Amino acid sequence: MEIGLAIAIVSVLGLIGAVILVLAAKFMSVEQDPRIDQVSGCLPGANCGACGYAGCADYARAVVEEGAAVNKCVPGGAKAAADVAAVMGVEAGATAVVKAVVGCQGKPGVCTQLFSYEGISSCAAAAALHGGPKACTFGCLGLGDCVKACPFDAMHIVDGIAQVDPAKCVGCGACAKVCPHNVISILGVTPEKPRVLCNNQEKGALVNKECSTGCIGCMKCQKTCQHDAVKVENFLARIDYSKCVGCGECVEACPKHVIVF
Amino acid sequence: MAVKLASILFTMILVDNYVLVKFLGICPFLGVSKKLDSAFGMSCAVVFVMTLATAVTWPIQNFLLTPMGPDGQLKWDLGYLQTIVFILVIAVLVQLVEIIMRKYMPPLHKALGVYLPLITTNCAVLGVTVLNIDNGYNFVESIVCAIGAGLGFMLAMVIFSGVRKRLEDAQPPKCFEGLPITLVAASAAALSFGGFGGIIEGIFGTV
Repeated sequence: MEIGLAIAIVSVLGLIGAVILVLAAKFMSVEQDPRIDQVSGCLPGANCGACGYAGCADYARAVVEEGAAVNKCVPGGAKAAADVAAVMGVEAGATAVVKAVVGCQGKPGVCTQLFSYEGISSCAAAAALHGGPKACTFGCLGLGDCVKACPFDAMHIVDGIAQVDPAKCVGCGACAKVCPHNVISILGVTPEKPRVLCNNQEKGALVNKECSTGCIGCMKCQKTCQHDAVKVENFLARIDYSKCVGCGECVEACPKHVIVF
Repeated sequence: MAVKLASILFTMILVDNYVLVKFLGICPFLGVSKKLDSAFGMSCAVVFVMTLATAVTWPIQNFLLTPMGPDGQLKWDLGYLQTIVFILVIAVLVQLVEIIMRKYMPPLHKALGVYLPLITTNCAVLGVTVLNIDNGYNFVESIVCAIGAGLGFMLAMVIFSGVRKRLEDAQPPKCFEGLPITLVAASAAALSFGGFGGIIEGIFGTV
């Protein structure tokens, strides 16, 4: 007798709930972009929050309505990014290619050494001691904090200077974060565009004393450039890559060979 | 009556805090406490759902599962169905509220909406409805108890989001970084709430 009552109560409650929800969904539905559900379907549904949104549904909504990046799902990885990109009609790989660029050519011998550093083998420690052993306090210290920080094995110390392996670099910026002299920048450069390999913001006369390949702020590159892409600020040339066409006139004009391809 | 209600409210907020003393609802407590505004939004949704769930489950328990006959005897005892029926009802309720909100109160839905599905069958929500029955509260007391439990959850979330912010700048030993140090901090916060034991009896007297 009582078991029948129990079954009846649970079934009736379940049925009432189902009917209410179906009716509510039918009569109070709100038009929403069908792509939101499609994007939700591509995500793992773990609601982990690694994307920075409050769950997968919220991230899907942000992708469709606010144009959030399609590759933020960490557990879903490349597959989820590709699926979401397919729904949204954008290419997952269409995002601008950025790479790390080490803005320094001051190898030992080229850049004057002030003293011999024999402390902990870390750029951060060396930088804390009078800005490091080099005369130029803007340059690469070559002790490899970026090499340790790089998760992709793209950074190496060659001739006492950090060098980027463009084939391995994904432009994550881990190296730029740890560099105490901020020598490394993440730029949207393709191999055809020139880059400024100096970070020194002192006046030309001082730079000449410290380093034989330092930017002295002579303005030749700025005057040569016909596309208004090179600007000298704080005695240091900077290239605006949205304007640069890669003609290479600044490379030829630079007397110190600081701007190179 | 008023004294008893106040006593219930503050007991739920401070002494029997759902997160830090009873250890219910730990999942959103650790998951959504990273930022103050999302912690607050989540807490508002929890207060709302807890109150609504109690308002619906109390009559179901007392009129459907364990109804009293006129002679003071139970007509029938289906108390063992409590868990499954409560989960069913709360899940339906939260979904319904979400649908209604999305239609008629878009701003509120924007603020609370994303958190609602996350707490559909949250253990703290189920816990408050079940414990209300176990404590033998009447309807008004149950509602006050649910509001208190929600506010206690909010207090814990807001306090802990502040702690989390400080933790981000701190530099714990490498092996403690991330979740371990967060759990250590949570236990320290829980310990501090242990200090409230007895304070309600001191203020309102034993009810």
